[in-house]
Amino acid sequence: MAEQREFMTAPDEFGRFGDFGGRFVPEALMPACLELEEAFQDAWADPDFLAEYEGVLSEFAGRPTPVTFLQRLSESLGLRIYAKREDLAHTGSHKINNVVGQTLLTARMGKSRVIAETGAGQHGVATATAAARMGLECTVFMGEVDTKRQELNVFRMELLGATVVPVTSGSRTLKDAVNEALREWVSCVDTTHYCLGSVMGPHPFPWMVREMQSIIGREAARQLRDLRVGVPDYVVACVGGGSNAAGIFAGFANTGARLIGVEAAGGAAISHGTPGVLHGMRSHIIQDEFGQIEEAHSISAGLDYPGIGPEHAYLSAIGRATYVSVGDEPIIGALRTLSELEGIIPALESAHAVAWLIREAGREIPHGSSVLLNLSGRGDKDVAQVLSILRGAS
Amino acid sequence: MKSLETHLRAQRAAGVKSLVPYFMAGLTPDWVQHVHAAVAGGASAVEIGLPFSDPMIDGVVIQEAGLRSLASGTTFDTTCSALGDQELAVPLVAMTYYNIFHHYGLRASARRLQDAGISGTIVPDLSVEEAEPWREACHDGDVSTVFLVAPSTPPERVIRIVAMSEGFVYASARMAVTGQAETVGDAPDVVARVRDACDLPVLAGIGIATPALAHEAAQSADGVIVGTALVRRILDGASPLDTERAVAEFRRALA
Ligand SMILES: Cc1ncc(COP(=O)(O)O)c(C=O)c1O
Repeated sequence: MAEQREFMTAPDEFGRFGDFGGRFVPEALMPACLELEEAFQDAWADPDFLAEYEGVLSEFAGRPTPVTFLQRLSESLGLRIYAKREDLAHTGSHKINNVVGQTLLTARMGKSRVIAETGAGQHGVATATAAARMGLECTVFMGEVDTKRQELNVFRMELLGATVVPVTSGSRTLKDAVNEALREWVSCVDTTHYCLGSVMGPHPFPWMVREMQSIIGREAARQLRDLRVGVPDYVVACVGGGSNAAGIFAGFANTGARLIGVEAAGGAAISHGTPGVLHGMRSHIIQDEFGQIEEAHSISAGLDYPGIGPEHAYLSAIGRATYVSVGDEPIIGALRTLSELEGIIPALESAHAVAWLIREAGREIPHGSSVLLNLSGRGDKDVAQVLSILRGAS
Repeated sequence: MKSLETHLRAQRAAGVKSLVPYFMAGLTPDWVQHVHAAVAGGASAVEIGLPFSDPMIDGVVIQEAGLRSLASGTTFDTTCSALGDQELAVPLVAMTYYNIFHHYGLRASARRLQDAGISGTIVPDLSVEEAEPWREACHDGDVSTVFLVAPSTPPERVIRIVAMSEGFVYASARMAVTGQAETVGDAPDVVARVRDACDLPVLAGIGIATPALAHEAAQSADGVIVGTALVRRILDGASPLDTERAVAEFRRALA
């Protein structure tokens, strides 16, 4: 008998996807999480809100993004590869989908300010952008280490009118930026919304962010139908917290497509982590034998996160999606391959998905398979880093 | 009734305000001496911080203390071993984040705490919604689970939280992380709301930085929790004797 189960539906009343998810936050933040859950549910069922959200995405953020057949890469790998072009969305990645939704929701809740965490700066730039458009005050927390690595993105956020706060606690990277944003949120929860950047954190964030990103999968499913490809054999996306993957998976969860999440080996929460509780959620976390959270290390700052969204932990546990990892070594090569063969410079994050295709074509992925690749972002933000790596290597 | 509640109720019945200082386990080689010093200075119970890499409700002072402690190799086990040998006349309450117990195993954690003579826990990121497995693991022993009520907690949640809290209810004095403040903040209001909902002892904490603030908060509360103010001193090199004097000052202010 055919599989009757429906995948990627709403979590249970506690925000759990199977054993994962939930709400592990200080009591001071619980009322805000409950308020947000209610506000989101209400907005997401309101046709006027949805029309406004989709309107802003098309008029301001450049949606729908196209699907591009990658002819030369396909030929060289013996596959049929279609790319969903989130790199063409405003601010250069899928992050804009989520922040447009959350800033609209912020205004609807009567709040005047947003705060956000950022690693490389993509989510920070997107939040600053949407906040500027909505007339909201914006503060972005960024690990001090990252503010130095990504100076231009700091300046970009400042140009957009945001305040960037360098975080000097802990390891001074993304996980500490999340801690600091949560600490700030405790002190200003009446006026401020925490615009979390991925499908992580306490309920309702993992669900809400997935819903706000699922437009990627809905569009792609329609576009592949129009291209007469139908359901692809594989849907492949890189995974940091997991928002671009969740967004594209959502369009294919109830089809026969194989869903593949590609983690960075140095931040591979599914491959190398164990169940734990961090940043308000129970999920797979990279931690030491005493339950202390370990730092992630990846060539791409956007995948430098020691956890993963709880729904991915669940999809992995039930076998609906598969999570693989790719080390730093092939990433620059994958970026160059896509640039030279297709005229698309991918973000280092997205290059992980490309690298997995290159590695597994004709091995894990039989020749002739059709693949939908989520190109979550463009590489403009990374060219200085790539240049310095290539110079260092020569 | 578990022993933590018995102890704090007895203090209240005797007209004594409870004073609960906080220390970070493993912060200095002589950290256990600070615990003894606090008892000598008049502590009613002592809160023991088990360091966690990502302390989301702690301010900079306790963050720094936690990182230092972790850097010197402190773990749940080393802390319990150090405390297990001690004769202490007051209850100990462990304060940490849920992942520490989650990772160690809930039942194993509850047993380890009890064997070390720790009779309560405060786990600020464990919401009442998620607490059932932990409460169950602690059910048969003598480890109480203390919950916090925040200024933002609406009345129907207060009822739910106090129904689950054991030992006492932690009244959070402000919408802030741990630190040093200049007022008692919302403490009187939060304490009053907890009292309306239950008869458990109510202790106020978060930002109670001086004996004067402790005195003021204890006008409504059954006692106070003092963390950052003492930890700051230890980070700055305070000796156990300094700690004893500092705690004694708080004790005098509560008399
Ligand atoms: C282009 C791009 N892709 C992917 C990610 C990873 O995030 P997520 O897994 O939430 O999609 C980031 C994060 O910064 C990003 O900038």
